[in-house]
Amino acid sequence: MAKVIAALMPAFIVGAYVFGIRAIAVTAVAVVSAVGFEFLIQKFILKVPVSVTDGSAVITGILLAFNLPSAIPLWMVIIGSLVAIGIGKMAFGGLGKNPFNPALVGRIFLLISFPVSMTSWPKPLLHRLAWTDGITAATPLGIFKEAARAGQTFSDILPQMPTYWDLFMGKMGGCIGEISALALLLGGAYLLWQRVITWHIPVSMIGSIFILTGIAWMIHPGQYPDPVFQILTGGVMLGAIFMATDYVTSPMTGKGMLIFGAGIGLITVAIRLFGAYPEGVSFAILIMNAFVPLINRLCKPHRFGE
Amino acid sequence: MTLQNTKTFPQGGVHPANNKLTADQPIQDLPLPASVSVHLGQHIGKPAAPVIRVGDTVKVGQLIARADGFISAAVHAPVSGRIEKFIDVMDQTGYKKPAVVIRTDGDHWQEGIDLSPDLVTDIKADGETIIQKIADAGIIGMGGAGFPTHVKLRPPEGKTIEYLLINGVECEPFLTSDHRLMLEKGHELVVGIKILLKALRINKAMIGIEDNKKDAIELLRQHAAAERQIEIYPLKVWYPQGGERQLIKSLTQREIPPPPKGLPVDVGCAVFNVATTLAVYEAVQKNKPCMDRVVTITGAGLTNPGNFRVRVGTFVTQLIEAAGGLPDNAGKILSGGPMMGKALPQTDIPITKTMGGIVIFPANQACRKPSMECIRCAKCVSVCPLGLEPYLLMTLSEKGLWERAREERMLSCCECACCQYICPSNRPLLDYIRYGKSVLTQMLRAEKNHE
Repeated sequence: MAKVIAALMPAFIVGAYVFGIRAIAVTAVAVVSAVGFEFLIQKFILKVPVSVTDGSAVITGILLAFNLPSAIPLWMVIIGSLVAIGIGKMAFGGLGKNPFNPALVGRIFLLISFPVSMTSWPKPLLHRLAWTDGITAATPLGIFKEAARAGQTFSDILPQMPTYWDLFMGKMGGCIGEISALALLLGGAYLLWQRVITWHIPVSMIGSIFILTGIAWMIHPGQYPDPVFQILTGGVMLGAIFMATDYVTSPMTGKGMLIFGAGIGLITVAIRLFGAYPEGVSFAILIMNAFVPLINRLCKPHRFGE
Repeated sequence: MTLQNTKTFPQGGVHPANNKLTADQPIQDLPLPASVSVHLGQHIGKPAAPVIRVGDTVKVGQLIARADGFISAAVHAPVSGRIEKFIDVMDQTGYKKPAVVIRTDGDHWQEGIDLSPDLVTDIKADGETIIQKIADAGIIGMGGAGFPTHVKLRPPEGKTIEYLLINGVECEPFLTSDHRLMLEKGHELVVGIKILLKALRINKAMIGIEDNKKDAIELLRQHAAAERQIEIYPLKVWYPQGGERQLIKSLTQREIPPPPKGLPVDVGCAVFNVATTLAVYEAVQKNKPCMDRVVTITGAGLTNPGNFRVRVGTFVTQLIEAAGGLPDNAGKILSGGPMMGKALPQTDIPITKTMGGIVIFPANQACRKPSMECIRCAKCVSVCPLGLEPYLLMTLSEKGLWERAREERMLSCCECACCQYICPSNRPLLDYIRYGKSVLTQMLRAEKNHE
């Protein structure tokens, strides 16, 4: 678990740099409340041995915070942690038993309950020391979705978009931990090197998003964003490297992981291109989480001698 | 550094620390024990039938129990002396099994056994005679399985053997007895292989040796340089490289069908361990039956760990004494290596033909870590060399879902312990799978009887 926390640090540093003290506060509140709720639930409701020292609640807290805008009121963060730990994890029996990614359960609950707070994105690098009332700016995907609703094409809004370099480094509006592809890839490389995760889910998820949005882009270049823009924006990197690879809620075989990742990619692209929400990674991961038992049943390893 | 192309199997496996503490210790003779307790059933199959009586005097190498049935093996006197009694003696499984106790009166050998160190390269015996001699010598698979060797040399009707595979992998950490045999008895090993080739009427032998024994690979390559039918293959240091199914896969790319049916002969292979092959040499060229073997006694706490030639029936206690005595901090004594070895219930257990090593662990390493929740990390699935899902098999065993356990191929498990080794939650995966296998085996037997 310590390795996963270490791998999340580059993205946290970028988040703190771009969004300032609010980002640090949101993350701290999320972690403390996630650990606290796990402790309270284990000790007083389930009356089982307390296992908060295993670090899993810390990771859930960090990942929840990474999926929140930095301007979100802190009491909402606490509610998000309660839902993530209480409903996402403990209701199913705790570590190892939950079918859905707890941090995403918390995030989706907040997104549906508090849509305005969950989509107010502080402008990057401004007001880093301010506690409230920063200037907000839409995320790149949000700008695109608004434009599409207004009948504009991607080419029309291109001048408003950050450069690819800014997208790669993390100079854009968005959730605390999702903005910098570079930082997330660094963490991912570390996890691969340490053999905490395998390549299957990140590659199939990012790859399928790249290919599917690439097809749409080639059919209507100008109408739809290009595939590089698609994989650098929103939660693709964070989702592919840290959320979809969650051990408990992902398949057990390489083949299963490839199908799982491709399924997430397909649903994400469908939501982005045709859905009401600008971004779909969280929904896509949760939907595919539900398919994991089925995937495990169907994707067996190569049985020796058969 | 030269890049050497080492073969390996493609699926699963782990790399535990080698810990070959005794690799440089030459084989020494263990002093003769005052008495031996020789089990009548050291092999797979029916125990041997005694041909001597209490009070008889026997010489070393004399037949004391004959093979009883098709799958059985003869047992010979490992020492000379007087047959003291027939008694049930605990073996490494903890069960008491029939054994013969011989009180040693010296080291008087049966006539006709060639005890000289001279190498006999000329193979006079024809194929059938070779197989008979091997059967008469009571040779069984000394790598641990204990399957009677002569049975493997007669493939069943309609099946042919193309390759003779010699298992010099010794992938278990700590164990070095096969390594020492290859270094010290390389010439004899080559002759032994030629004998087996002659008995099988084929001309292609492959020796697989893990690449951490470069000296043995080099030496055997020199010894076998003139033998075009023998090839030596360095294999990747990757556990369980020496598992029969993995060795065949690494060397021939063939996969034995899953148990209970699949055997090496189904893919045209016959596999023999190094120690077995040397026993074949001794039996055919020197008339010496299988009544001793090399055993590694090792562990960090021992003052004099080493490789000893031990007469079958000698108590483990005596072997431990020769290695400097049981260390004060000893916590666990294993028969076999740390991956597949079994903890001995006591040390007064006789060495059998299949015991290649005794490993002693200090108390602080003997304790198992507490088992935690499965976090579905899938590491057990990725290391299983047979493509099973240990986490699932454990759950099925826990819940008693035997029909599903069968569908999920629980019986294919070779108990290599990779899953338990890798599990970050220290779950007792193999304990549950072993239990499940025993239940399933009983169910299958009951079904068969019912039919």
